[in-house]
Amino acid sequence: MTRTDPLDVPRPDAQLHFGVFFQGVNHWTIWSDPASGSQIAPANFRRVAQTAERGLFDAFFLGEGLRLREVDGLIHELDVAGRPDAITQLAALAAVTDRIGLVSTSNTTFNEPADLARRLSGLDLLSEGRAGWNVVTTDNAWTGANFRRGGYLDHADRYRRAEEFLTVARALWDGWADGAVSGAVGAPAWAAPGAVDRVRHRGTQFDVDLAPTLPRSGQGHPVIFQAGDSGEGRDFAARNADVVFSAHGNDFDDALAFAEDLRRRLLAVGRPEDDLRILPGTEIIIGATEAEALEKKRWIRLQQVTPATALGVAGLLWGLDLSDRDADGPLPKEDPVVAENDGSFGARRVADPRVVVAEWREKAEANGWSLRETVIALGPQRGHVGTPAGLADRFAHWVRHGAVDGFNVTPYLIPDGLDDIVDLLVPELQERGVYPTEYTGRTLREHLGLREPLTHRSTTDGRQAG
Amino acid sequence: MSGPALRLAVELDGDGAHPAAWRRAAHSPDHLLTPRRVARVAAAAENSGFTLITLEDGALPPGGTPDVVGRIGAVERAAFLAASTSVVGIAPVVPVTYAEPFHVSSQLASLDHISVGRGGWVVGEEERPEAARVWGRPHVDGEAARARESRDGVEVVRALWDSWEDDAVIRSVATSRYLDRDRLHYVDFTGDAYAVKGPAIVPRPPQGQLVVLGRPDRVPAGQLDVALVEGRDLAAVAEAAAGAGTPRTFAEIEVALDTAHATAEERVADLEQHAPWTDRGRLRHIGSASGLAVLLGRLRGVVDGVRLHPLVLDEDLPELSRLVLPHLFERRLAVRPLPGASLRTHLGLERPANRYAAGPDIEALQETR
Ligand SMILES: Cc1cc2nc3c(=O)[nH]c(=O)nc-3n(C[C@H](O)[C@H](O)[C@H](O)COP(=O)(O)O)c2cc1C
Repeated sequence: MTRTDPLDVPRPDAQLHFGVFFQGVNHWTIWSDPASGSQIAPANFRRVAQTAERGLFDAFFLGEGLRLREVDGLIHELDVAGRPDAITQLAALAAVTDRIGLVSTSNTTFNEPADLARRLSGLDLLSEGRAGWNVVTTDNAWTGANFRRGGYLDHADRYRRAEEFLTVARALWDGWADGAVSGAVGAPAWAAPGAVDRVRHRGTQFDVDLAPTLPRSGQGHPVIFQAGDSGEGRDFAARNADVVFSAHGNDFDDALAFAEDLRRRLLAVGRPEDDLRILPGTEIIIGATEAEALEKKRWIRLQQVTPATALGVAGLLWGLDLSDRDADGPLPKEDPVVAENDGSFGARRVADPRVVVAEWREKAEANGWSLRETVIALGPQRGHVGTPAGLADRFAHWVRHGAVDGFNVTPYLIPDGLDDIVDLLVPELQERGVYPTEYTGRTLREHLGLREPLTHRSTTDGRQAG
Repeated sequence: MSGPALRLAVELDGDGAHPAAWRRAAHSPDHLLTPRRVARVAAAAENSGFTLITLEDGALPPGGTPDVVGRIGAVERAAFLAASTSVVGIAPVVPVTYAEPFHVSSQLASLDHISVGRGGWVVGEEERPEAARVWGRPHVDGEAARARESRDGVEVVRALWDSWEDDAVIRSVATSRYLDRDRLHYVDFTGDAYAVKGPAIVPRPPQGQLVVLGRPDRVPAGQLDVALVEGRDLAAVAEAAAGAGTPRTFAEIEVALDTAHATAEERVADLEQHAPWTDRGRLRHIGSASGLAVLLGRLRGVVDGVRLHPLVLDEDLPELSRLVLPHLFERRLAVRPLPGASLRTHLGLERPANRYAAGPDIEALQETR
């Protein structure tokens, strides 16, 4: 390996970690192209996971949404939707992959810790230590309508429940002593007497008194990911997470500020500042030349932001039904209506739509943009565009300066959207010494270079902790 | 007796049907909860020609010490096996006594997608009061109350499977629509204790509805595809099957076979030193492979299939595979599943129409031609 960077780089040995986020619901996955395959066929999940594994990705991710999205009480029709249950799908992928981590997004509000901890443990054992759990919180009553409990949790309580949920899950995961189960045929008992601890927990959210049913995996227990951006969310991550799945991956300064903020929070709770991996979600668009990459980006954006989608995105911003307007015409004249977000179109909270609309008007006028062009130019900016060499230089710079530890790549095309990243970008990264040339470990925790699970650290044998 | 050929199912939880089965297993205890072991047993069952594998489950430990106290969730095992087998049907036991039906529906629909139409569901029950604590819910006390939870749970799960019509994903470039909301349906279930809105987040399973198996005294007949019937003798099984009122019936049979090393009687006696083989009132065959083949032959025409519960998987599966199943297939007393067909097809069950679909839209059909 050759290292060409000067030694004053803060993290000269930093390695980039890639995950792939197989999106189930969004308008960034192009569905209209002839090369776009089924979002539910098992062969496509296998294809993406195996391609990622060929590219030495650390993890394959699935998101979660427990109700079909709606706009104004009508099911949203424009975007890909309809996806498998994450843990179930990942358990299947455990059978057809060897190394890649398998990460499930599962929320703490509409699950119970004993059940979810057991399901995740099962995935961890079936994958021999490759499971991860992206902890998300959901508090909207609208999602609750699909559950026995209904929409019962206050916004203020969601992280309180999440934290206690995780405490219970970890206690269950740590309930079995290492080597609890006999390794000898003819043993007098299946598990050593006293090797399984009953978990007794009584808190404000949960009252559990239970013998856990599964041993620890080769990585201790599933790696904890967290996706949430509020101050509460970041503090929760600092206390609990191994990896943060962030939304700060487009602009270097923004990514660095986020990373520094998280590192401060880590130190504040007594963890080393390199204890957490930060993997922003991103899209990567590759061309043979810069110009070709930009042209490809333009084509991709037009597929993603169709006229109907542009009107939909603008409608959410304006708080108005704009579906009968002309997307190729000017911006709506009306002032935006500020409405309460009920969660029916995801958790996104726009700052103040009036400010955003004013900015959109100004830029649209200055550039002569139509509504659709404005949505494309000023909507959420996503990802990285360039040549394999240019992107590799950029990513090496980002990771060596501590802005990120890697990226969670969202392919814009299923199932082949990772191919050029694996075939063209990965070799360039390897040449720069910022990307592994083989899997050195077996578990997801090892791939990510993480220490022992948090609960195992305070004692030497790691068992009585927590 | 004669009748159509039997369909064969086998229960593959743990090391076998006997609580102490692990003592006769061919592997050390710490191999039980490994992917290799889970896959190997299922491969043996698939290669033998079983039509269906079932996987027992529950939220509490499967037994008490000194016996097996660990178990990987049946849905996770089923999904893993769906990806590592290719023909056999796979049905996890999933109780809905406390679980969220919405989650159960998604998990099972996903299993059917993953297995491309080989998914089934054995409706279980959480009987022990401690299970309520696992779920943070009030204890569902008594058989009638548990049956009510099962009934409502199965109703919700099945309704959610239909909540996407088969062609709800339209990918209409002309109208910019990926979905057609007219082919998606709120289930709007309201039961005694809870309500569920829908639609599902998973598209309709490839089979339309997974094959639902359960005890006819615990789940209404109208919700079952296959009744799992019990009885200590043939007459009792025949009576239970005749009264089941379900499209298909399977007899539950506990099996211990003679092996080269020990007779079935000896093997059972060996394990009985450690724990009793719980009597559930099921048919039980302890003896030779040929004796089992005769029993199964007599069940033809009485039931549509059988679910075998082998005493010790590592000992009885090889005997079943070597002696019993080939004999049954040769005499056409039982049939092997064919590659590429769904579990429903293997059981001779039709793919159900969608309860919400408005019937064929002739104009739309003509348009696509
Ligand atoms: C990159 C990223 C991915 C996310 N994926 C999901 C998801 O799949 N399912 C979900 O329910 N929430 C998801 N979330 C939402 C968060 O869990 C959280 O609810 C949201 O960010 C609001 O929390 P906050 O107030 O702490 O930011 C995601 C968030 C981020 C930043």
